[in-house]
Amino acid sequence: MDLDELYQEVILDHYKRPRGAGLREPYEGESHQVNPTCGDEITLRVHVKGDRVADVSYENVGCSISKASASVLYELVHDTTVDDALARLAEFTELMNSKGQSDGDEETLEDAVAFAGVSKYPMRVKCALLGWMAFKDALVRAEAETGGSRP
Amino acid sequence: MEAVSKLDVEAIRADFPILQRRIGDKPLAYLDSAATSQKPVQVVDAMRRFTDHSNANISRSVHTLGAEATEAYEGARARVAAFIGAPSADEVVFTKNSTEAINLLAYAFQNAALDPHADPRFRLAPGDEIVVTEMEHHANLIPWQQLALRTGATLKWIGITDHGRLDLEAVPEVITERTKLVSFTHVANLLGTVNPTSQITARAREVGALVGLDASQSVPHIPVNVADLGVDFIAFTGHKMLGPTGIGVLWAKADLLDAMPPFLTGGSMIKTVTMEKTTFAEAPAKFEAGTPPIAEAVGLAAAVDYLDALGMENVRAHEKELAGYMLERLESVDGLTVIGPRVPIGRGATVSFTFADIHPHDVGQILDAEGIAVRVGHHCAKPTCDRFGVNATTRASGYVYNTHEEIDRLVAALAQVRKVFG
Repeated sequence: MDLDELYQEVILDHYKRPRGAGLREPYEGESHQVNPTCGDEITLRVHVKGDRVADVSYENVGCSISKASASVLYELVHDTTVDDALARLAEFTELMNSKGQSDGDEETLEDAVAFAGVSKYPMRVKCALLGWMAFKDALVRAEAETGGSRP
Repeated sequence: MEAVSKLDVEAIRADFPILQRRIGDKPLAYLDSAATSQKPVQVVDAMRRFTDHSNANISRSVHTLGAEATEAYEGARARVAAFIGAPSADEVVFTKNSTEAINLLAYAFQNAALDPHADPRFRLAPGDEIVVTEMEHHANLIPWQQLALRTGATLKWIGITDHGRLDLEAVPEVITERTKLVSFTHVANLLGTVNPTSQITARAREVGALVGLDASQSVPHIPVNVADLGVDFIAFTGHKMLGPTGIGVLWAKADLLDAMPPFLTGGSMIKTVTMEKTTFAEAPAKFEAGTPPIAEAVGLAAAVDYLDALGMENVRAHEKELAGYMLERLESVDGLTVIGPRVPIGRGATVSFTFADIHPHDVGQILDAEGIAVRVGHHCAKPTCDRFGVNATTRASGYVYNTHEEIDRLVAALAQVRKVFG
């Protein structure tokens, strides 16, 4: 087991100093997700303005992987277009399902490539994806709330 | 802690090939027997011998193999009955696991609720009460929640003290004249608490309620005698007591099995069948529809033989000593808090703990890198977690093959956890 690969400095840093944490107003979509195997939880809000994700805010309890992943998610998708955010979601999900076969594109995924090692640990992939599932769900709810005005 | 183990642990370990495994370059320290125990060669060999030599379906064929298989399966039933002090082998019903055994019982109540001619002991209606405890595994909680929901009965529970014991003072008010069934855990899977049963069974008798015991964590670890316990039902599972997965047991008193409607219906559980109606076989066949886990029953009997050869009193003494050592060593770790009884009295060698603010997943991952297998999470006992204000715990659980050295390795590895996340 190469623990250094799993617990990279970048991950531990996001875990110890989470970016964008806390629930904020305004928001159009909110999602609550739990990991039934370990009881980890996240509540995540999305504030959409036009075609942009103006803010993502969250409160969570969980392991280092799930907490660091939410922090990295915040960095990647807040203040970006909805389309870019969805592209990052797809990329990160693919990386997590790669079973260690992908390094991820640092150009687009930035700090999130540190999670490449997590994809080798099937028991931990769900931890890394918890926040992203909440983001996906909150975004759908936000679009429903705003009448799906996006083209 | 000068108590001496009554088991020859080195000789026992030689019977479990998996204990020789290495995880990466570290020897395995298996401290997760409360989730599932490992199997000795004697169990695997018995199953293999049966499969290679006598495999056939039971109670159906006149050929030699069919007779041998039936004999092996029914012999296993008698073996298990003797192990738990059941007066008759016919009181032992084989199931898939404890969960199915408890559901079998819950569905007996549910099916009886739909039948006006059913035995009144099993007939639930609004106003009736079912009592559990706050320290149940979900397997002995959700079936009763569902039953209450479907019959209009009320689910009540006995709480947990700060020391991780049942709040027995509340027993007289929780168990009332309206209580029809009390179903509680004998040994708690998260806390490790061994619950005293006499006060609860006495109160249940006083009000005329039936009593069931979730014995999943007791039958593997301490002597269990159903006659001495004075309960009506117990449920346990093979894979936690050195046996295979896929087989569990519901023991119930014969007259109750007679009164209970079947849970699963189909082949092998009938007396006569016409296109219009069916009469059922006597228990235990009435509750064993379909082809049962035959090789697994053979394996379970071999596991019972193994435990009997060790002696359950010796197993208990070994684990009491192990629990004492675990508690003493774990509590010496700075920032570690044991969730459950902190003294090795009235508890087994299953110890849950939190460690600083480090999430159990992270603890478990670092321990795994050191070759140490523990369970992390809510252990299918979320209400217990809630009671102690935690989302999850790390749980180390010992059995007949565990040593002090493995506990020492656990404690040393916790320092490593602290280094990464502290």
